[in-house]
Amino acid sequence: MAVPPGGENRVKDLLGLESLTPAQIEHILDVARPMKSLFTRSIKKVPALRGKTVALLFFEASTRTRSSFELAAKRLSADTLSFASSTSSVTKGESLLDTAKTYEAMKVDFMVIRHAASGAPELVAQAVKARVINAGDGSHEHPTQGLLDIYTILEKKKRIDGLKVVIVGDILHSRVARSNLWGLTKLGAHVTVCGPSTLIPAGLSEVFGPKVSVSTRLDEALEGADVINVLRLQRERQQGDYFPTVREYTELFGLNTDRLRKAKPDCLVLHPGPMNRGVEISSEVADGPRSMILEQVTNGIAVRMAVLYVFANPEGLPATPPDGKQAAKAVTALKALE
Amino acid sequence: MTKPNSPETLLIRGGRLIDPENRRDGEFDLLVAEGKVARVGKALTAPAGAQVIDAKGLIVAPGLVDIHVHLREPGNEGAETIESGTRAAAAGGVTSVVAMPNTQPPIDSVSGVRFLLRRAAETATVRVWPTGAITVGRSGEKLAEIGAMAEAGAVAVTDDGNAVPDTQLLRRALDYAKMFDLTVIEHAEDKSLMGEGVMNEGPLATRLGHKGIPRQSESIAIARDIALAELTGAHLHVTHISTRESVELIRAAKRRGVRVTSDATPHHFTLTEDAILRYGTNAKMNPPLRTEADRKAIINGLADGTIDAIASDHAPHTRASKEQEFSAAPFGIIGLETILPLTVTQLIEPGHLSWPDAIRRLCSGPAKVLSLPVGELSEGQPADVVVIDPAEERTVSGFSSKSQNSPFLGWTLRGFPQLVLVEGRVVLRREALRAAPAR
Repeated sequence: MAVPPGGENRVKDLLGLESLTPAQIEHILDVARPMKSLFTRSIKKVPALRGKTVALLFFEASTRTRSSFELAAKRLSADTLSFASSTSSVTKGESLLDTAKTYEAMKVDFMVIRHAASGAPELVAQAVKARVINAGDGSHEHPTQGLLDIYTILEKKKRIDGLKVVIVGDILHSRVARSNLWGLTKLGAHVTVCGPSTLIPAGLSEVFGPKVSVSTRLDEALEGADVINVLRLQRERQQGDYFPTVREYTELFGLNTDRLRKAKPDCLVLHPGPMNRGVEISSEVADGPRSMILEQVTNGIAVRMAVLYVFANPEGLPATPPDGKQAAKAVTALKALE
Repeated sequence: MTKPNSPETLLIRGGRLIDPENRRDGEFDLLVAEGKVARVGKALTAPAGAQVIDAKGLIVAPGLVDIHVHLREPGNEGAETIESGTRAAAAGGVTSVVAMPNTQPPIDSVSGVRFLLRRAAETATVRVWPTGAITVGRSGEKLAEIGAMAEAGAVAVTDDGNAVPDTQLLRRALDYAKMFDLTVIEHAEDKSLMGEGVMNEGPLATRLGHKGIPRQSESIAIARDIALAELTGAHLHVTHISTRESVELIRAAKRRGVRVTSDATPHHFTLTEDAILRYGTNAKMNPPLRTEADRKAIINGLADGTIDAIASDHAPHTRASKEQEFSAAPFGIIGLETILPLTVTQLIEPGHLSWPDAIRRLCSGPAKVLSLPVGELSEGQPADVVVIDPAEERTVSGFSSKSQNSPFLGWTLRGFPQLVLVEGRVVLRREALRAAPAR
């Protein structure tokens, strides 16, 4: 489980947002702000993680998350080690733990893990001293995506508390949805998940409580929405008979300009990417003024820098982070370069 | 491997002898001679040369009969062998194990049954009763040679690990097995509904991002199987039931007079799905651990006799195979060495079952399900005996099994076997009993 053992005053690994307190989430977001300010400079690099090594262990295909983590590590002056399962010893039958222990023996400081099996990063985290950052595990969590989504919303709306967020699509298989649900509800948002009933997981309301509601009618769900997070329709799922055809899915759950009008006029549209244009989202919406999709990509780097920065601390993520203190430290570190 | 000693003449004196089949529960002496129960009575005199064992404060019962055991031989000897598995059985007070046929290759022919019996004769510490597969290769497509396997010594047929998916084929298997008075053991599961599930479907699976197995994947299969038992008049035994609905279906069928029996495992009456949070893959089993309501229903089913037997579903897996991602790790835990103390601490001590009822579910109940000539202490019967110290408390710290995949490591349990006899041969004798002064 991602839950830190009781009594521990630090969090060693970032396995999910379920186990983080609102203060811990806010702390990471606070640190992300100065990290983002770095982007406007001509030299987009600080020495905060000089001498540290970040291993990117991607057991599942990914372009954006991996590039984002790599860039985040490099902007903090860390060394990076890349790994792709298709060209690794995994194809020779090496187990996940043996692979992780091999990197441990190379004395890496961070293992950023993407894996198709839920719980895989936790399995590694229990076996290694390095800090483990979950970069998406099965249908469990994708905490940095959750954080960057929240960061993007916060940047535009200046608050999370009281917002109405709609997450639409394949909730059943989505790790993005779960991290969003934990993070947003902890910070006070009300979240409506919307999708075909076959793609809504069992016991969702029991898990997330009264701040989450379920809808199977997008038009109704969008009424008064402040944010719409559109999930990618994983086309491979269509073979699972979760819904009859992509055409029908688009008809019922695709976000287009007409539908967007049901939401608040200043509603933000998020999408974790990659998009299926014309399927879950129309091009007009994806490229429209409400779309935060490219902003999310930019913010992803800042948030991942913040995560690496915070977890590089020998204490890990403090159980009760001092208000804004570490964020201030990050600012000082950045200013030292000026 | 240590071959069991030759049968001894033993007088087990002064224990609380519980033998439900002979309606005995009280202080009786038990005389074992020439491998058989020679006499059961009060104040028996020890014949010349007999060893006398003081069983004061101990329970004397028939050896346990575990009708759901995976010995992994042939094919997966790294996890368990007939030798190591039966040694584990002896350590747990189990004197008869019924071996499931899902080995590699599966036991689906006369040669498979003979192989198992031969290896058992060479290496086993306790009795091994083979079962044969219902279908060739356990593939669910074509009936295996059920009659020939019965002739060779198979005591039941089962495709355990799989249900028979084709309803017509299962009907024929039941009809056909009836000719040989063989019980058909069903692993009741609708595979299509189970899908790629790895744990109980519900809020916890949603939280962990694991694919769920709905409870209905079991109850739908049981409902179908009961209907077929009703149609054919054959004896259906549903193994390792895990849900409230399953208990209710079997209870109702028994009331109607259908020839259906069932068993449940100690892990299903002890743990719920929450154990996954603590024990990870050592709490991954099929059927999966369910909810508290299911756990209680299993206990009630055992108490009222709806569930005839407690079986361990001893499923050894190597450490490497369990130390994987949850979805990749195999289902199952070992259970031969904890079946008795879990029954004592989880069922008897809280008052759910009396000692005689618990002994019935562990001994004669399972024996009757498969018509095995064991599980009681009648005079003239082979002396398969267990002497239990109900008060001995021990922290489980390791197993005789080759595999150690158990969530109960580190648990403090009570009620461990002190002396185990198979046909009068001592296969386990604990130090405490050895030190007891003979009178």
